[in-house]
Amino acid sequence: MAAHLSYGRVNLNILREAARKELREFLDKCSGSKAIVWDEYLTGPFGLIAQYSLLKEHEVEKMFTLKSGRLPSADVKNIIFFVRPRLELMDIIAENVFSEDKLHSSREFHILFVPRRSMLCEQRLKEYFEFHTSYRFVAECYLENDQTSLYHTAKGLMTLQALYGTIPQIYGKGECARHVANMMLRMKREFAGSQNQILPVFDTLLLLDRNVDLLTPLATQLTYEGLIDEIYGINNGYVKLPPEKFAQKKQGEASKDLPTEPKKLQLNSAEELYAEIRDKNFNAVGAALSKKAKIISAAFEERHNAKTVGEIKQFVSQLPHMQAARSSLANHTSIAELIKDITTSEAFFDNLTVEQEFMTGVDTDKVNTYIEDCIAQKDPLIKILRLVCMQSVCNNGLKQKVFDYYKREILQTYGYEHILTLNNLEKGGLLKPQTSSRNNYPTIRKTLKLWMEDANEQNPNDISYVYSGYAPLSIRLTQVLARPGWRSIEEVLKMLPGPHFEERQQLPAGLHKKRQQGENRTTLVFFLGGVTYAEIAALRFLSQMEDSGMEYIIATTKLINGTTWIKSLMDRPECQTP
Amino acid sequence: MAFITANWNPLGEAFYRKTELYEMSWNLRDGLRDSLVAAAPYGALLREPHRRSPSSRPQLEIYSASGVAIASFPWKSGPVVQLGWTVSDELLCVQEDGSVLIYDLFGSFKRHFSMGQSQVLEAKVFHSPYGTGVAIVTGSSRFTLATNIDELKLRRLPEVPGLQGKPSCWVVLTQDRQTKVLLSNGPELFILDNTSCTAVCPPGLSPQAGNIVHMSVSFSYKYLALFTDTGHLWTGSSHLQEKLSEVDTKKTTTPKQMIWCRRPKSQQPSVVLMWDRLLLDPCVLVGELDGVRIVSSTNQELLQEVPLVCQDIFKIASMAPGALLLEAHREYEKSSQKADEYLREIKEQSMLGEAVRQCVEAAGHEYDTNTQKSLLRAASFGKCFLTDFSPDQFVTTCRELRVLNAVRESSVGLPLTHTQFKQMTLQVLIDRLVYRQFYPLAIEICRYLKIPDYQGVSRVLKHWASYEAIARAVCVKVGDSPGVSYSHIAAKAYECGRTELAIKLLDFEARSGEQVPLLLKMKRSQLALSKAVESGDTDLVYTVVSYLKNEMNRGDFFMTLRNQPVALSLYRQFCKLQEQDTLKDLYNQDDDHQELANYYVMSGSEMIDPTHLRLSLLQSAVDEYNKAKNEFAAKATEDEMRLLRFQRKLDDEKGAGLLGLSLQATIEALLALGLHKQAEQLYRDFKVPDKRYWWLKLKSLAEKEEWEELEKFSKSKKSPIGYLAFVEVCIKCNNKYEAKKYVSKVAPEQKVKAHLAVSDLEGAADAAIERRNESEMAAVLSRCSASDRLLIDRLNRARTTATKK
Repeated sequence: MAAHLSYGRVNLNILREAARKELREFLDKCSGSKAIVWDEYLTGPFGLIAQYSLLKEHEVEKMFTLKSGRLPSADVKNIIFFVRPRLELMDIIAENVFSEDKLHSSREFHILFVPRRSMLCEQRLKEYFEFHTSYRFVAECYLENDQTSLYHTAKGLMTLQALYGTIPQIYGKGECARHVANMMLRMKREFAGSQNQILPVFDTLLLLDRNVDLLTPLATQLTYEGLIDEIYGINNGYVKLPPEKFAQKKQGEASKDLPTEPKKLQLNSAEELYAEIRDKNFNAVGAALSKKAKIISAAFEERHNAKTVGEIKQFVSQLPHMQAARSSLANHTSIAELIKDITTSEAFFDNLTVEQEFMTGVDTDKVNTYIEDCIAQKDPLIKILRLVCMQSVCNNGLKQKVFDYYKREILQTYGYEHILTLNNLEKGGLLKPQTSSRNNYPTIRKTLKLWMEDANEQNPNDISYVYSGYAPLSIRLTQVLARPGWRSIEEVLKMLPGPHFEERQQLPAGLHKKRQQGENRTTLVFFLGGVTYAEIAALRFLSQMEDSGMEYIIATTKLINGTTWIKSLMDRPECQTP
Repeated sequence: MAFITANWNPLGEAFYRKTELYEMSWNLRDGLRDSLVAAAPYGALLREPHRRSPSSRPQLEIYSASGVAIASFPWKSGPVVQLGWTVSDELLCVQEDGSVLIYDLFGSFKRHFSMGQSQVLEAKVFHSPYGTGVAIVTGSSRFTLATNIDELKLRRLPEVPGLQGKPSCWVVLTQDRQTKVLLSNGPELFILDNTSCTAVCPPGLSPQAGNIVHMSVSFSYKYLALFTDTGHLWTGSSHLQEKLSEVDTKKTTTPKQMIWCRRPKSQQPSVVLMWDRLLLDPCVLVGELDGVRIVSSTNQELLQEVPLVCQDIFKIASMAPGALLLEAHREYEKSSQKADEYLREIKEQSMLGEAVRQCVEAAGHEYDTNTQKSLLRAASFGKCFLTDFSPDQFVTTCRELRVLNAVRESSVGLPLTHTQFKQMTLQVLIDRLVYRQFYPLAIEICRYLKIPDYQGVSRVLKHWASYEAIARAVCVKVGDSPGVSYSHIAAKAYECGRTELAIKLLDFEARSGEQVPLLLKMKRSQLALSKAVESGDTDLVYTVVSYLKNEMNRGDFFMTLRNQPVALSLYRQFCKLQEQDTLKDLYNQDDDHQELANYYVMSGSEMIDPTHLRLSLLQSAVDEYNKAKNEFAAKATEDEMRLLRFQRKLDDEKGAGLLGLSLQATIEALLALGLHKQAEQLYRDFKVPDKRYWWLKLKSLAEKEEWEELEKFSKSKKSPIGYLAFVEVCIKCNNKYEAKKYVSKVAPEQKVKAHLAVSDLEGAADAAIERRNESEMAAVLSRCSASDRLLIDRLNRARTTATKK
């Protein structure tokens, strides 16, 4: 069921198994029947490691979503809460438990904190059960100098090393990367003596701070998967699509009642066709789909050639596979149609043109008329912010006059309260006034070859195909690290924010890898602060290049696109849904 | 050697053997009579508590398995019903009043817990995957269970119908992760679980067998033995689904003890029964994983089924490869050529590998070191004739036997068999040695077996150091062994009142998670904070911060945080969630005007009404922005205040409902209401760029269909947004007629688009041809339908000329 995880050079199933084992052990600790109350946010991640059947085997009989008020009734012995350590959730749990207590006295309650328990939450629960007080809280803000997520990252990397062996080389760029590396080295000292004797799977770890490459997530992704995410949003491997194109056209049943529920599809490489096209530039998807269509219909035609009983039997045995392929093809053709409607629109084209102008350094120092027009037309704020931030990044900050002009336009049009959002973007470095008169973006662009004039979308020969011309900075850094090495771009690295560094971890004697001739090196690339689907596509492309000699495994704190990213930086994104 | 089978006894298909483990070094006055005895499994220890002589106080005595006295003291608490050992070698004393006292191996009191406030008639201590449990029968004939005494949860089992007093016999079973009680009361047999009491009947027990008076369950909870008052012995699976055998022992007295004697992969399960006064010297039976230990006042023996591999080798006239190899080696030592004959015989059957394997395995099962040696030598001899035989098993067995022989020493007193050792794991063995304070031996074993330091030597050193509590010397001795838990040692030092030393020791501790709590306990909060920050573990930082908050006055607290930016920002976040006011104080103290201003803006935005409160908050924000030298924000905020006042006024005068809208939305609303003058005023006052204002007005007028007004507006001055916008907006409002008015005004480069927008193909074609622009011509062509033949021809002609040029 998760076979696609085992294929690669690094068997990711090990990680999945470890997580499952931990879960099973936890469930077995509470004997008797159980009901799980889910923090909705966690169902996605948990779905990746455990299906309902696994839970069922361990006597989980009911599942609920965590919400305030009374728990739905269930005749079980244990109630288990799976929650993130968030204070506001503790309030809900307390409410649940109080309403329950009077009815069943023999119930047992458990809480599983994911990713781990927090002292604050425990204190909060104690408050409840001692003083029965209640507070109200506002959502947590991301921008504070909070290292919690970095700490979790470092811990996660230690777990990874426990399963896959110590990673001998660590490279990194950016403030957070330095921080995580420091914590890892420190934790290593804490666990001194406990390294396990596993032959390292990874040769190199590359930590990249999102801060180093602010440009890439702002640009519109042009791979198939990237566009699905840009337009519809992919959540834990699922996407919700408008249902019209998926209406089942059955005979006799006129399409009177079109389904109104959005169509939910799972997207991952277990689906053969999707694996094939997810990383392609969208312009190459059409050709791939029609090729596939021909193959499938040819396969169905085979039946006319099947003469003997044996041949027919063989044909029939392939039928389920072929039918799955056909329905997968139908789905993706519909998705591609949906996307095509958007990508061929004038608005999309204009927006892309402006993006590409910025990335190639055209007129980045002036107020852009397209942005001006968009503001005047009251286009979604996030779109405006994406473009303005992009201009700022590509110009190493905006001229004070331009900077103030944009800000004033935004405040006057979308409301004064966005002054806090703008402040956040400034803090995040996405939007800033030019401080030095030198704009070093062109130097970076030229040295790293961030813009490739003749990107080949159909048969790519360079990573720039994922943005039809723009080669993501983050991936270029990765590529250069492998060959010829960062020393060759020392100057550019100094221009990018944050330190760059290299650390070596001593391997226990006898664990040094003896490399076979022609065997690829494996690099784990960790994006701190998120990665886009297009960047992933670019890395996969690098892995597949025959002469790269490198295999890349990608890890991140979060999958992002320009919209979700800007939203996370906005003060109150809910007031401004585009 | 020849007599190796001398102590074998055949029973059924299998052989049983009795091996002497120890001569007991104790000296008991009355033997084991009249005392309660509890022995821990895995050959660990045998303790002999407490005699119930009527007059004197009972005495509790603890011995090692070899009879070495470890502790002895008079019993001062209430009458004890049952003694038992936990999995971690702690002694449980279940008293008549339901309280359970826990002692360690050295007889010092650890803690106690209660099984409920009732009289205990009988109690049993049992082991399950959850740990050590206790079960009792109360005076009211009810059963109470605790499956794990370390996480005490009492379960009261349902009532047993018809039971008065205690049952005739009972056992605790662990099945399917559930703990149950099997009991017999007169002729009836019941299974009690958490919710129900079910009457059961052992399959195949003959009806005339009588009442069950004794029962016993095997070590693995898989088998059950029942003894009836007519002397019938029934054995079967503990699920009561199948019967193994039934024997009439012809003894009607109840046996004193009945214990299962089997081993993993046993050929046949069997039961050992012991009756009082059948032997001269009273004994105690101890059930083990792979046999039964028989403890008498003078010696201790192990009764077990002879492992198959030992049978194969030592059985008289055995022709098993192992037996032949052993013989070959014996001849070889005698320098006899027969050695070669034996070897050939094995080799002809190509069984040499098997022979070596058998010898190695059998060596593991032997208790006598000479037998072990001769078997291993034979194996090593045989190995020489094999080319690619993995030496792993041989090497491991040699090493493990060496360890086992060492711990079996009478002075240590752990009579472990190889099977038990495997089950127990090395980790646990080392733990037990440490617990018994055999530190040097434990370290030697760790080094000998090359156990990673953190599991082995360091752990032992840690225990040793905390026991000795001579921390100063500790650092020198423990030195740099990685992974030593210094915090443990430090905690001990602190207990002994040597705080400074403890702090110094803590510096060696690499794990901040361990340092911080102790530092807090020692009231070194500043240090604790910096250690917590160093670790990067935010939860730890929170722990310290919230501790400090309660301990210090506010001023000192803030000052402390100021020196730790990470802690400070975490605290800020905490305040954002919980204490908004504190947040303000924090910013104030730091002179962080920008954040302070943002804070005011945020509070202001939550307060749309009443306006004057919001205005005053915004005024504060303006002041702070000015102090922060953020001119733009100050100006923007002032503008916002101006806008608010304007909106308020208009709302009051005209009920326009403008409050809270953005400037753009306000102007829109004003235009929609037809308040053109006021809109114009805002446009001027707030210096709205012409372009945006024109767009706004254009759209607003078109939406209201004020076409005349729109035309006037278009002529008021040259449009900053061009005239294509006019055309498109009119078309959007479905007024082609009006749209056409503006086409002529559109700039040449947009003319084609404008003509197309009003569906004037001719015009569009003219414009495109005039401009000789190929792509524009193509755009027009793409809109032509077949009926426009003339037009198409014209365009195509123009196109060819354009391309020629």
